[in-house]
Amino acid sequence: MSDKNKALIISTSPFIKDKDTTPGMMYQVIYTLIPIQLVSFYYFGLSSLLISVTAILACVLAEIVFNKSKTGIKSLSDGSAIITGMLLAFTLPPGFPLWMVFIGGIVAIGMGKAMWGGLGQNIFNPALLGRAFLQAAFPTAITTWSNPNGMYANLRGANGAFPFMQGLNVDGITSATPLSKMKFDHIGTNIIDLLLGNTSGSIGETCAFLIIIAGIYLWAKKIINWRIPISILLTVSIFSGIFYLLDPNIYPSPIFMICSGGLLLGAVFMATDLVTSPLTSKGIWVFGIGIGVFVVLIRNWGGLPEGVMYAILLMNAATPLINRYSKMRTYGYKNGMK
Amino acid sequence: MAVSDIQNNKLLTFVNGIHPKDYKELSNNCKIQRMPFVEEYTLPLGQHIGAPSKSIVQKGQYVKRGELIADSVGFVSVSLHSPVDGIVSDIGIFDTPKGDVLPGIKIKTDRFSTQQFHQKAVDFESLDVNGFIKSIQNAGIVGLGGAAFPSHVKFAIPEGKNCKYLMLNGCECEPFLTADDRTMVEYPKQIIDGLLIVNHFLKAEKIYIAIESNKPKAIEVLSKYAEESNSNIEVVTLKVKYPQGAEKMMISAILGNEVPSGKLPIDLGVIVANVGTIKAISEYFRTGMPLIERIVTITGTSINNPTNVLVPIGTPMDEILEFCGGIKDNTARILLGGPMMGAVQKNLNVPVVKGTSGLLVLSSNEVKDFDQYNCIKCGKCLDACPLFLNPSRMGLLAKKGLWDEMLDFHVMDCFECGSCSYVCPSGIPLVQSFRVAKGILREKSIRDQNK
Repeated sequence: MSDKNKALIISTSPFIKDKDTTPGMMYQVIYTLIPIQLVSFYYFGLSSLLISVTAILACVLAEIVFNKSKTGIKSLSDGSAIITGMLLAFTLPPGFPLWMVFIGGIVAIGMGKAMWGGLGQNIFNPALLGRAFLQAAFPTAITTWSNPNGMYANLRGANGAFPFMQGLNVDGITSATPLSKMKFDHIGTNIIDLLLGNTSGSIGETCAFLIIIAGIYLWAKKIINWRIPISILLTVSIFSGIFYLLDPNIYPSPIFMICSGGLLLGAVFMATDLVTSPLTSKGIWVFGIGIGVFVVLIRNWGGLPEGVMYAILLMNAATPLINRYSKMRTYGYKNGMK
Repeated sequence: MAVSDIQNNKLLTFVNGIHPKDYKELSNNCKIQRMPFVEEYTLPLGQHIGAPSKSIVQKGQYVKRGELIADSVGFVSVSLHSPVDGIVSDIGIFDTPKGDVLPGIKIKTDRFSTQQFHQKAVDFESLDVNGFIKSIQNAGIVGLGGAAFPSHVKFAIPEGKNCKYLMLNGCECEPFLTADDRTMVEYPKQIIDGLLIVNHFLKAEKIYIAIESNKPKAIEVLSKYAEESNSNIEVVTLKVKYPQGAEKMMISAILGNEVPSGKLPIDLGVIVANVGTIKAISEYFRTGMPLIERIVTITGTSINNPTNVLVPIGTPMDEILEFCGGIKDNTARILLGGPMMGAVQKNLNVPVVKGTSGLLVLSSNEVKDFDQYNCIKCGKCLDACPLFLNPSRMGLLAKKGLWDEMLDFHVMDCFECGSCSYVCPSGIPLVQSFRVAKGILREKSIRDQNK
């Protein structure tokens, strides 16, 4: 041997590793969120960008502050705070005051993630927890929807409101979302508009078509489990379809149900959150069906027009229980346990 | 998934598992070369699972190639033979590839010997089952797949059980390794012959030769010879997937049922043997040569000439690396065995032993240091584990030192294939921590028994 004295490094097997990494997966999700952000800019102009940037800043800041004491594990570089920020922004109306967005971001990371022990430890989807907080704290602002049209440079609603103020509605043009039109007035919305996103609603939820494409991409990259969106959408269509057949005048059609509101955004990006969804396929079906049932229950009979957020949060809470009861049988054993 | 699927042209396999890049192209077309004799050989006495053999030679004694130098002690133990004509130069403790030091014998090669082999063929037809088992033990034959479990123990069927299927494990699912592949391509006659000799005693109804579909040449050659042999041998093609070559996984792929936890394949009427082992058995009965050499893959991205080499047992690793053109500057790890389950070497002064299937030189391109992140519960490890364990959960328990809780998750069933660590996007050392847990739990149960 020419270099007999060369030091050899020792470690234990395996010595090779798959190329997928946690930050890599997170950044893939971020890439799929960018086109949705662009479409949102097309419909809601500068407001949508401002809300996203504010939410991301708040989440990243919270991540830095809350994880300051921890060492060894890089919590910022994994990109999960950016996803939380973007997803939180996508669930907010275009005219939402930015200072509220900021608080929402802090709560999402602080109470949604850091409090539980950081990445991977939380029970609830952080973005949805942040939104739930905003819904409770600012019920009026979060249900004031702007029209999807208007100049790009114009701010919608009350983006610029001074902290702790509601602020004036700048352009004053507001309109109901397709879901509230359906719920309170029983007026449907053109399905093409729903697919393209040309309706009022939260900044990232309106373009159904793009969300479906994003979902297919994430499935192809093996980042999301197809069973989650499919089980949710199937349950919603079957469950709401039964009532639609019984009385089409009162109950919305399954296609409207799927394409309206935050259902697709929730089914593709939020319910599929790896951390807060069950581990086994069996458990995932239970999880997805549960979300579907809650969505239809809340939308058809609840006090709110939209129920995706609560449906997912409720099933997030049930996930540890589902994991416990959906244990897999070990190879060579007759039943799950000895 | 069972043999019935063969008719449907479906490749057999097990549930879960992983698909690492196989790197077989580095050496799967390289003919097996015979390594020239080197100056000195080191033969550890405990190369197999079980009681180490007992030396019967003295320092300074002249031994012939194939001569017994250490005898078996008890049933789970095998004999050891000299790989060369030479002089016993030292009896002491030496480094072994497992990283520990063990008693062993050093033999200095006789430079003037022609290294001819002078034993006689063994007439197996005159032997009874016990005689057969004794001869295999005397020939020092162990499982050459890596574990080095004494073959005669496997072939000694317990009272009340019988062998229905004899399976030849030609899966070689570890990336990089091609020794079994080349053996099947170059020694098909010996393999069929070895199988028929073994089955003369085991009397299995059916002999399966299981080969992964990435070895088309081996499948073709062995199918041809199996047909010509006019016997109950059938070649089955398995899907390329790791760990297809694990005994339990291979049995599940072929028969469609599972080996119960804590039981052996023989409980299902199955005996599995490795390619190299069967070849060694044929060689022993036809020429009288005990297990004194084996085929080893020398490969990796950081060795100059990857190839397959027939080396005498006891050859020092650095001599073999030199024979294959030496290692490149970007060498990161040198392993014995494959990249998934192999053992890293801290020292190149250790010998090839009976269980050495490959010598792998990995560059820093394959062996990277990964940042570790929290478990994100993605479930990739659950989809990878061939035993349907929950590595994600067990990893968290191991981190907290909750060893007893890990028992409830069947950690002791884990055979450490490493699929979970391979897929983990957060770079968590899952299988590594299960190894620790198993060691601690084993020690604990011994302590509890002695109370």
